Amino acid sequence: MKVPLSAIAHTRSGDKGDTSNIGVIAYDARHYPVLVREVTADRLKAYFGELVKGKVERFELPNLGALNFLLHEALGGGGTVSLRVDAQGKTFGAALLRLEIEISE
Amino acid sequence: MIRIANGQGFWGDWLEAPVRLIEQGPIDYLCLDYLAEVTMSILQKQKQTEPHLGYARDFPPLIGRIAKQMLDRNVRVIANAGGVNPVACAEAVRKLAPELKVAVVLGDDVFARVDEFLAKGYSMADMDTGQPLSTIRDRILSANAYIGAFPLAEALATGAHVVIAGRSTDTALALAPMVHRFGWSDTDWNKLAAGTIAGHIIECGAQCTGGNCQVDWQHIPKMAEIGYPIVEAEPDGSFVVTKHPVAGGRVHADIVKEQLLYELGDPKNYITPDCVADFTTIQIADVGPDRVRVSGIEGRERPATLKLSISYENGWKSIGTLVYSWPQAFEKAQAADKIVRGRLCKLGLEFEEIYTEFLGVNACHGPVAQPCPDPPEVQLRIGVRGQDRRAVDRFTRELIPLVLNGPPGATGFGDGRPPVREIVAYWSALVPREEIRTTVEVLG
Repeated sequence: MKVPLSAIAHTRSGDKGDTSNIGVIAYDARHYPVLVREVTADRLKAYFGELVKGKVERFELPNLGALNFLLHEALGGGGTVSLRVDAQGKTFGAALLRLEIEISE
Repeated sequence: MIRIANGQGFWGDWLEAPVRLIEQGPIDYLCLDYLAEVTMSILQKQKQTEPHLGYARDFPPLIGRIAKQMLDRNVRVIANAGGVNPVACAEAVRKLAPELKVAVVLGDDVFARVDEFLAKGYSMADMDTGQPLSTIRDRILSANAYIGAFPLAEALATGAHVVIAGRSTDTALALAPMVHRFGWSDTDWNKLAAGTIAGHIIECGAQCTGGNCQVDWQHIPKMAEIGYPIVEAEPDGSFVVTKHPVAGGRVHADIVKEQLLYELGDPKNYITPDCVADFTTIQIADVGPDRVRVSGIEGRERPATLKLSISYENGWKSIGTLVYSWPQAFEKAQAADKIVRGRLCKLGLEFEEIYTEFLGVNACHGPVAQPCPDPPEVQLRIGVRGQDRRAVDRFTRELIPLVLNGPPGATGFGDGRPPVREIVAYWSALVPREEIRTTVEVLG
């Protein structure tokens, strides 16, 4: 069954210079393996398209049922240089909530 | 157990938060985090024109306001409000609260030592780009080393009611009272990592008590009265995150997890001047209403280097907006963008970047945004940046004329031409730890 990521996880995003990070947290720790399987660095890179000029890195935190992503060169130079309305990537986490993932019923 | 609260997540955070933390229940230490990456450069500019400024100016009046309660309730304050002029900050505090003893931590400011460092062969290459510092040497505005919890703990040991630092790390503010009270050594890596992570959880104020939280946000109690966070720290490194019961907001494991991941890089290598904390060792559990227990944290040896926060001049920018209404609001905004770019091009102006966004269509989420055919209104937002101030200034004169000479129905130009702003950019680099020697000075 396909569902949006928001059905099983919540997110928070922020910045470090021109890099945005997105934390993805399973509401129920039992869904953590689904996150690991479905929410990959390659999928995020394709999903965000032109917004992310650099690479996407993924880190696993099984103890929190969470993944952390770094989206490099994603904030128009970042900090005070950026001309973007969301120069800190504060809304990137919300954007990810619509990612379609496959879960078993 | 000691109670460590944080009442300020950045310079500009809610003025009432620290006052309520003192008034609404017991706390032992009140941390106030004022510094973002570029704040130091703004303060450096202020100090250049006014030598008695260069610190967070909200801070002395706040201490004046809470001085009596601090003494009555035995609450001590730790803040990185000193910016590039911690002594002037301390003197301003003493003027408004002469009954308080104030300690200042000095030694983080290395602006005057940049050439000495270069001569010693430290390239101070940018940690993001790898460029050597020499490429921007003549444009540097400020240079400060991030300092850790031990200099702050040393200041607490003087018995001061208020400890003022310059560029201390955000996490050190909360770790310092644990080091001071529990007598942790500078090689207790697991405990130092635990205190660091406690600091990380509360450093953004209400972001761990229900602010900016996706989980059930519509039902977070009394958000207008939101309580700022309190850590109940134990000598073994475990701690509980909570808030005063009377305050609004919510503390829940989901919420604390969101904040743990905020602005996080590699979770196994959270590097501070005090230790390297491993976020994959954190154990977290709800243990009562608005009480989250955190334990099991492990850390490793601190690095041999300290990070510098350097700011430098990097040109000029301006961002202007116009609003177009239905019908064809998006098409009108796109047409207007083309006209502006065409006119700038004909004028022969050069920019490093011209960036256009359409608010109401896809400004936040870009290609991920769902299509919204014929929206009721769209805000056109055009930004330019470059090294030539005159070019940026000319741009500000090319936007407003569109109200009369562009697509129909433009509005929202009430403030006239957008301002031209100087870009002060951020540069991070490493130097050997032994180069940075801190001292503590006591006033009063």
